[in-house]
Amino acid sequence: MGTTAQRTPVPVPAGGTDPAPVLSVRNLKASIGGQQVVEDVTFSVPATGITALLGRNGVGKTSSIKAILGLIQRDAGTVDLEGQPIQALPTHRIVQRGVGYVPEDREVFAGLSVAENLRLSERDDHPRRELVEALFPDLVKRAQQAAGSLSGGQQQMVSLARALMNENRVLLVDEPTKGLAPKIVGEVADALEEAAKTVPILLVEQNLAVVRQLAGGAIVLSDGRVVHTTESATSFLDDDILVTRHLGVGTGPAHEGA
Amino acid sequence: MSASTEELEDQHGGRGGREGSSATDRLKASLTPPPTPGPSGPGRSPTRRRLIGGVAAVAGVVALALLPLLNVQLPGILPTATYQPGALQLMALCLLMGAAALTYHLLIGVAGLLSFGHALYVGAGAYVLGILLERTGMGLIPAMLLTLLVVVILANVTGAVALRVSGIPFAMVTLAFAQAGSVLVRRNPDGATGGEEGLSLNTEQVPAFLVGVSNTRNLYWLSLAVLIIVFAIVSWIQNSRAGHLAEAVRENENRVRVLGLKPYLAKLLIFVVGGTLAGCVGMVHLLLQSGAVPRTVSADFTITLLVMVVLGGVGSRWGAVVGGVLYTLLDQRLTVLAQSEAIQSMPALLRVPLSEPLFLLGTLFVLVVLFMPGGLAGFVRRLSARSGSGRPGKDPVTVLEQAE
Amino acid sequence: MDTILLLLVTGIGLGAVYFLVASGLSLIYGLMGVLNFAHGAFLTLGALIGWETARVMGADSWGGFALSLLVGCLVGALLAALTEFVLIRPLYERHIEQVLVTVGLNLAAIALFEGIWGTDPVFIQGPTWMGMTTNILGAQVPNHLFITILIAGLVLAGMVLFLKRTRYGMIIRAGVENRSMVTALGIDVRRAFTLVFTIGGAAAGIGGVLASHYFGYVSPLLGGSLLIFAFIVTVIGGLGSLAGAAVASVLVGVLQQFANYFWSIGDFVVVILLAVVLLTRPSGLMGRKVATA
Repeated sequence: MGTTAQRTPVPVPAGGTDPAPVLSVRNLKASIGGQQVVEDVTFSVPATGITALLGRNGVGKTSSIKAILGLIQRDAGTVDLEGQPIQALPTHRIVQRGVGYVPEDREVFAGLSVAENLRLSERDDHPRRELVEALFPDLVKRAQQAAGSLSGGQQQMVSLARALMNENRVLLVDEPTKGLAPKIVGEVADALEEAAKTVPILLVEQNLAVVRQLAGGAIVLSDGRVVHTTESATSFLDDDILVTRHLGVGTGPAHEGA
Repeated sequence: MSASTEELEDQHGGRGGREGSSATDRLKASLTPPPTPGPSGPGRSPTRRRLIGGVAAVAGVVALALLPLLNVQLPGILPTATYQPGALQLMALCLLMGAAALTYHLLIGVAGLLSFGHALYVGAGAYVLGILLERTGMGLIPAMLLTLLVVVILANVTGAVALRVSGIPFAMVTLAFAQAGSVLVRRNPDGATGGEEGLSLNTEQVPAFLVGVSNTRNLYWLSLAVLIIVFAIVSWIQNSRAGHLAEAVRENENRVRVLGLKPYLAKLLIFVVGGTLAGCVGMVHLLLQSGAVPRTVSADFTITLLVMVVLGGVGSRWGAVVGGVLYTLLDQRLTVLAQSEAIQSMPALLRVPLSEPLFLLGTLFVLVVLFMPGGLAGFVRRLSARSGSGRPGKDPVTVLEQAE
Repeated sequence: MDTILLLLVTGIGLGAVYFLVASGLSLIYGLMGVLNFAHGAFLTLGALIGWETARVMGADSWGGFALSLLVGCLVGALLAALTEFVLIRPLYERHIEQVLVTVGLNLAAIALFEGIWGTDPVFIQGPTWMGMTTNILGAQVPNHLFITILIAGLVLAGMVLFLKRTRYGMIIRAGVENRSMVTALGIDVRRAFTLVFTIGGAAAGIGGVLASHYFGYVSPLLGGSLLIFAFIVTVIGGLGSLAGAAVASVLVGVLQQFANYFWSIGDFVVVILLAVVLLTRPSGLMGRKVATA
């Protein structure tokens, strides 16, 4: 990970305007195999709506999300879920506390059927099967099909459905439209918009049109640090200078470093 | 750089699953020994330290070389005084096993290659030399050179094939090659290997000063020379371009590929050098033990080498040597202890486990893995870090490694 | 013709024994990334205690044989569960150390067995019928092979049912594919670890009892040689694939028998097969996700 020449001062959104953020991340540092990928990240996710997590490829967006979930080594910092510290918990406990996760590249279990993928995700006593079936009628038809045989868009539906099956405090959604056909992108965005009515979402997204459609606030990362926070993703995206500086021109096909 | 042990622990301390990487990657990642600060920043360490380390190393070698001339008694550790054949034989074996462990360190510690077939090359050295001496009437030196050639070719061919894959598949291919060698030796084709009985050394062509109990101290010096030469070559390879490349490959193969370098060739070089040196150890082992036994080709022997290296601390040269010496010493002494009056008169519940050296060694090994990450080298490193003497880049490991 | 048939059945019988060892190895590796060197110890202890049981009950009685299978299975399962719980779990996510403790455990366990039972093989017997042969198309097939093949088949069926029909089976299948995603669904995958170890140990224990009937003896060294071939089978079949382990077991067993009979090079053929499979299909016959060089 190189360092860029300029680095804007980090605005610390301590508290922000929202008095009680659902998720607050403070001075988070994380590494993969000894290599630091999240340098020092501080931000909070408001308790309503969709907050976009933006930045060029490889700046640590996916890694930040994985660090919040404990999927990669957390070296320092705190993560509070509704005021409760969760940074020391193992992944499954964090998820059980109500952090839903829709990973980059969908990560459906290819050898399991759609129905099995969904059943595996059920952890509440009353999984929200009706809601999921209403949102994704296509999956009901393909319940017995192996998830690996689905199209990318359908796999994304499975991945979203897994996260929506349970009552969550917050959803972490990582590049849900990556590599999807334009028509499907719209469907995924609509599903997210629908979901956001009941649960706050932290959304990593390279498709800026989708960000405009969905996001309220935005957090911008560069080189493993937060370089910009705004309560209006749209106004940020309208500012050509900021966009060029932090996102580059034409962000290109999404592919964050593994 | 100051945090080499911490980094090791950090790497392993991950909670709740790693990245969605493949199992092999995970294995490779956890195989990675603590980064030794040595070669990457030699300029930082003062030359005075190097000098002290160098003097200590030379003093150690001189002391070892003088042992056969001294009357040192170490009851409980050595069976006899150091100038007598009993102790010399055991000490020579210890030195040879230290050298064997060093050759294995080259694979696992430097290149991160988990081979389960390293015994093949030790065995090949011993058996090929033994057969040549038995069947051809060649002199010792030409026979050794020819054996060396055979081992180089063998290591090249098997290595070239095995390195087509990595991780667990690599471990399995090497295991399979060694297994083939082991089957061949046990099968005793044309009566060449002596089957289960093993092959005894034909001493006709061996110079008189290397034959017989009275000359054990010459064999001891020969073993010491082998250890020093192996150490020198391993150090040299490790600090060579190929060594750095192999280490870089171990850390991040893709990055090396991006740089346009060829990790395959570096790994093959390390594999062949490791195998060849193991063959040399095997040849001297044949002379020292006056024969070769099928065990030297077995998977068990490779596992023994693995145990030695892990006991000493993966990634540390002197750790490998100490691990090899310690293991051999323990194995021998525990066997003697098992026959002792004290143990034999114990109730069965204690006597049975205590009279099985491998039970005790296996248990010790498990305990080291569980409670002493980084083996002896890691322990020393932590100790020096705690006592405050371990200023950045100056822990004894570094000093020793840079010095020797 | 009758020779061919006999070789085929003995090969499948040997394959059945391999499968009982390799299935657990494969599942454990697939889910946890651990190459379990202690698997041979599970098998050996199952065989040794199974034989002690049979001897007490009367080695030639069916009851004794059945009980020895049951005891072997339980002993294997118990030792495996204990291994996972005491040695593997504290080293969570540290794969190389996990492999190393199984290496150490295997060394220690086999040495202990040698201390208790001695190094010499003890020749055993089973119910009289198992010692006899049945004439199939002119081939005199030893009856114990039928039992071995039948039981291995039942174990395979049981494992498939378990993996397909139960929630834990589902977790295991999902975990073999992508363990971290299973935890990211809020599932404590470590419970599944203990489970696969237990299942693998149970199968290995049964395999130990059957192997002792196949080879006609028990010895503390029984597991060692079987383990190497089971490793090879596991890799040929594809690490983590139960179906692959089943296919490769039979393939290797049959090939070994034929090559041994006609050219007495069975072990070499297996090694060559492994090299060929790995070089042409590095992830094994039915493996999915093994990284290659």
